[in-house]
Amino acid sequence: MISHNTLVVVLGCTALGVAAGAVGCFALLRGRAMLSDAMGHAALPGVVGAALLGAWLGADPRALPPLLLGGAVAGALGLWAVQALAATGRIRQDAAIAVVLASFYALGVVGLSVVQALPGGAQAGLSHFILGQAATMRTQDAWAAGGLALLSVVATVALFPRLRALCFDAEFAALQGLNIRRTDAALMGLILLVCIAGLPAVGLVLVVALLVLPAATARMLNHRLPGMLAASCAVGGASGMLGALISAGHQGWPTGAAVVLVGMAFFVAALLVRRS
Amino acid sequence: MTPLSIGGLNVSYGANPALVDVSWNVPVGLTAIIGPNGAGKSTLLKAALGLIPHEGEIRFFGTTLNASRARVGYLPQRASVDWDFPASALDVVAMARTPRTRWWGALPRRERDAARAALAEVGLSALENRPIGQLSGGQQQRVFLARCLAQEADLLLMDEPLAAVDAATEREIIRVLQALVAAGKSVVAVHHDLASVPHIFEHALMLNGRVIAAGTVAEVFTPAMIVATYGAGLAA
Repeated sequence: MISHNTLVVVLGCTALGVAAGAVGCFALLRGRAMLSDAMGHAALPGVVGAALLGAWLGADPRALPPLLLGGAVAGALGLWAVQALAATGRIRQDAAIAVVLASFYALGVVGLSVVQALPGGAQAGLSHFILGQAATMRTQDAWAAGGLALLSVVATVALFPRLRALCFDAEFAALQGLNIRRTDAALMGLILLVCIAGLPAVGLVLVVALLVLPAATARMLNHRLPGMLAASCAVGGASGMLGALISAGHQGWPTGAAVVLVGMAFFVAALLVRRS
Repeated sequence: MTPLSIGGLNVSYGANPALVDVSWNVPVGLTAIIGPNGAGKSTLLKAALGLIPHEGEIRFFGTTLNASRARVGYLPQRASVDWDFPASALDVVAMARTPRTRWWGALPRRERDAARAALAEVGLSALENRPIGQLSGGQQQRVFLARCLAQEADLLLMDEPLAAVDAATEREIIRVLQALVAAGKSVVAVHHDLASVPHIFEHALMLNGRVIAAGTVAEVFTPAMIVATYGAGLAA
């Protein structure tokens, strides 16, 4: 039988997978995969900073919402840094992503060691943000993941014509009066939301796979965007569910890694189906 | 009224000027923009459409682009988009009707019919459900042309509509352009094949960073002007 705790984790990871599947579709088509990876890594110093601030203010440094808020702020800062660096024209965007990803992450790792030197157990659990630990997911976290999934699906469906026009031919869409900056910002906001929401369960190293694998799998099986979007949500949800179940059955298997490996299995299967 | 008037247009990429003080009134009819590589032909179209930063006065039908958006169509270079995008030929043409699309992406019947009519106009009705990645280069170019037609614009700005297509596709596209002009529309096309200019176009703009000459093909498409535009190497 499945315990209540396991059920919460499985449902939470399923919802997270659906959200990532929906948003990942457009992240992939807009060529934002590596940028999402940079945002995930850039979140670490924000998480650590929020924990430090919490400890200093005497609040519970392990409360999840402030940590995630800190992560979101740092992730957005990382995104801005990539775009500001690339806009100088001195380095290309791929190099800007590498610079930001590595330096924000290094800052976060140094911050972690500072937090660990503090008395009072403020550091407990912070390192889970790197590789993820879904087992710590509580009922309210699963509800939050469910809300996020709903928001992601509703947003991608509501913005579908605009996001499709943006991803296929941004200049043409701009000519028709689409506000490219605002639509792009909405997409980046959704990507950031999924990245940050995925941090506790999947971890910042693997969260990019949650966005990319279901979308890439769905792309191979579909020639039109509505089908790809639906399939991406389904593959994301199934990866989250199966990954969480497998990790619950094998003590010590990190959930994030299990989810990603299941997603990888779907991806490879789709590759083989498409070849034949 | 001129469909598009450009006054004192300047565009530069970094420190390099691409267009210098370009002033030009687009005539009604079929017009070629010709000039060597790097002459700023695509840049001129993009600047006029507000897609790149520029200085100068741009008026469409005597008013601003924003006020006349529905009357202006654009055909970008085929290589400017990812043809592996998950869409059918009809999906791409229907994107010309995006402002009239429902929020979940479905098209009202009237809009779908307009997209189908545009596909029929370029002879691709049979391939409306074909994924765009499985179309030949010439078919992709015709899908792009159909998307441009589906905008139902009065002025169509086309960036190399005849680039890298086979002879049959070229004839088909030229037929469509001439039908547009016969219907009272104006078409401006960036064009590369000098030999075919007098056979296809009524007007020409000779461009090389600045305006070399503009007028009817008979007036400006002369050996002397071609030398002035391209340099002596090409004068045959």
